[in-house]
Amino acid sequence: MAPLFYIFAVLAILAALSVVLQRTPVYSALSLIVVLCSLAVVYLLLGAEFLAVIQVIIYAGAIMVLFVLVIMLLNARQETPSDRSRLARWLGAPLLLVFLGELLFAVWERFPAATTRAAALPDAGPRAVGALLFRNYVLPFEVTSILILVAVLGAVVLAKKRL
Amino acid sequence: MVPLAHILALSVILFGLGAAGFVFRRNIITIFMCIELMLNAVNLAFIGFSRYLGNLDGQIFVFFVIVVAAAEAAVGLAIIIAVYRNRGSLSIDDFDSMKL
Repeated sequence: MAPLFYIFAVLAILAALSVVLQRTPVYSALSLIVVLCSLAVVYLLLGAEFLAVIQVIIYAGAIMVLFVLVIMLLNARQETPSDRSRLARWLGAPLLLVFLGELLFAVWERFPAATTRAAALPDAGPRAVGALLFRNYVLPFEVTSILILVAVLGAVVLAKKRL
Repeated sequence: MVPLAHILALSVILFGLGAAGFVFRRNIITIFMCIELMLNAVNLAFIGFSRYLGNLDGQIFVFFVIVVAAAEAAVGLAIIIAVYRNRGSLSIDDFDSMKL
């Protein structure tokens, strides 16, 4: 299990680098699909079977199709580098590095690799997740349906010809 | 068994790459994809903790995050289409009418 995790972790990081570094949005989108699929494998290795399937169907399937569709629809080309983001370049990069280093340091300090040990593997199939979802989290689930409804209406209104 | 620290490190690295893309990219669709990348990093942290605490509640949260991400993608891409129709551009340098 462990070697598979590291293989897909490295794949996810490389693909995420490609998402950030590619200049053409279509290439970024395709790299993001690789990230999502390798994360699905990581979820599977961590015992979250239901979420691994959801990740592939909803994220890599539905959401990324939407992204690629919009990229094709708007005919998004290579982005042109601009010099209007000098503040981001000179202030953003050091701040980002400090922030990342701090986060990694906190993770390393708080969860030393030797001491953390996993609990018993929880049963995370659709049955267990569904039971929890419809017993303890019924209200958030119903609120989610309203959120989806509002999102659908919002998308239709926003994409209309005359705003 | 993979230590929790390595899962969290992967999560932090993915989040950092997403944040870097958010700051440095100029194309609004790429920026949007970087937001999705950050959401996925957080999901990974949730699932890692869920695994190590032996508790399924973290996976329920990931489920809700995915739902919210789907809603966000639908509305956000509709906004991008509307903005493109008005400005004829996808570069965020052209969307500065609310700038002082």
